[in-house]
Amino acid sequence: MLELKEISKHFGGVRAVDGVDLGVGRGEILALIGPNGSGKSTIVNLICGLFPLTAGRVLLGGTDISDMPMHVRVTAGVARTFQNIRLFGQLTVWQNLWVAQNSGEQRRQNFGRRWFGGSRGARDEIERTLEFFDLAHKSNELAASLAFGEQRRLEFARALSAKPALLLLDEPAAGMNAEEIDQLDNRIRRVRDDGVTVLLIEHHMELVMSIADRIAVLNFGRKIAEGTPAEVQANPLVREAYLGTPEAA
Amino acid sequence: MDFYLGLIQIIGVHTLLGLSAYCVLLTGQVSLAQAGFFAIGAYVAGMLTVLAQWPLIPALAVAAVVSGAVACAVGFPALRVKGLMLVVATVAFGEAVRLFFFNFTYQVQAGALHLGPHGAEGFRQIRYFPEHGWSTLDVMLFIWTVVVLVMAGLWWLDRSRVGAVLRAVGEDELAAQSVGINITAVKVSAMTVGGLIAGIGGGIFAHYTTHIEHAQFGVVLATFAIAYPILGGLSNVFGTLLAAIFIQGFLIEGLRFMGDWRNLLFGGLIVLAMNVRPRGLLDAGTVRALKRLFAPGKERSGA
Repeated sequence: MLELKEISKHFGGVRAVDGVDLGVGRGEILALIGPNGSGKSTIVNLICGLFPLTAGRVLLGGTDISDMPMHVRVTAGVARTFQNIRLFGQLTVWQNLWVAQNSGEQRRQNFGRRWFGGSRGARDEIERTLEFFDLAHKSNELAASLAFGEQRRLEFARALSAKPALLLLDEPAAGMNAEEIDQLDNRIRRVRDDGVTVLLIEHHMELVMSIADRIAVLNFGRKIAEGTPAEVQANPLVREAYLGTPEAA
Repeated sequence: MDFYLGLIQIIGVHTLLGLSAYCVLLTGQVSLAQAGFFAIGAYVAGMLTVLAQWPLIPALAVAAVVSGAVACAVGFPALRVKGLMLVVATVAFGEAVRLFFFNFTYQVQAGALHLGPHGAEGFRQIRYFPEHGWSTLDVMLFIWTVVVLVMAGLWWLDRSRVGAVLRAVGEDELAAQSVGINITAVKVSAMTVGGLIAGIGGGIFAHYTTHIEHAQFGVVLATFAIAYPILGGLSNVFGTLLAAIFIQGFLIEGLRFMGDWRNLLFGGLIVLAMNVRPRGLLDAGTVRALKRLFAPGKERSGA
């Protein structure tokens, strides 16, 4: 589904991402882990097109999307959330999802009718999404007035509004309590069951080990390990990256 | 009586100017180019009715289209820069337009009269209204019909998905791109609509004053244009209307007895308003409170 071919991103002399190869299969949940500053968020930013690649290609379903601007990649099927929540605070919860309906099909559906209240289908989709994220009762509230957990859910919901084929979740569990993480775990699985491929960046290892089909580990902008959760947990290089070498300790 | 009718006319034209800045401001762009679009509309409409003998409405339509086209063309390069740089770029554009009309002469002999723009002297004898027997009241009603139509159009746009998209871009450009919004297209469209409205406003202005000249379209006018939506708030078009009534009706005319001191008061008031009501006189909270007042129960069910 998603193929990263030798992608690199250098900021001046800093090699934030340095020749990473990575493939994510259709309907798979792949977790990207690594210490702070290892280049995880940079990879997400490269896939969604926030800044250009220094080298390498990004392929989505066989199509090269490396040179597409960010908003075109959304139409091509890439959606994301942000590590620090970025909602449209002065729009209502409903409007946050409405403006995000930008898939090709939705545009055709809404064309013409979008000048009024949006097409029937578009409204139904928003209602279903709000139900799924338990936000239906907040539909008319301003996004800025929501509690933290609700804002995280809304951002997740907004990312799904354009019906992506690939969902990039950048630390979705940050700041959540155990119960919220359980619900998040459940929702990510159900989204995957609907056929969405998920690339998850997360520090919360319990969540990662529970839902990831495969895990890739980054350190200093390079991929140092890849495999099933059990394989990665047993990998000595991974232990070293997280805990330091025995000599250093 | 004519004094008050004239005042109401001025308020109407300034409301149009404010609404043109409102469109652009929704996308988070502060544009001081609106006076330039206004000037283009004024000269184009004036030349069409005076030199080409066109009726008023088609002349205004063409003026709007020309201003809109210029706004669209200016939008592409100008909107690549942000914040303060955009302010500087749009001021430069506004001044360029003003200086163009300062140098622009295109006169036609009509009997004993020379008609048409004449450089620094300006463009005199735009006498469509007196020639066609419009009374001051007729003109006032005409202006406000246009204002109401434009406000209704923007009100409807605001409530549609387009309005939500404009505001989304205004709030967070990066997040807007990340959900698939083409922010350049949105910003340029907003600029174009702003140019159209400013063009209509300028065209009307030329006809009721009958005499326009470059000095009327300077930075002061551009500042007024953005002061209305900023002071009135961006939650809906009525904020801009209220601000135009307040500034033109009360501060400029009502306090005329204070002489030059009222300019000081004007500046002070903007500072005060920004501090007391950073989101404008009519912010989202106020709108909600008003809704609750007039339709109790309806709002609560949503909460």
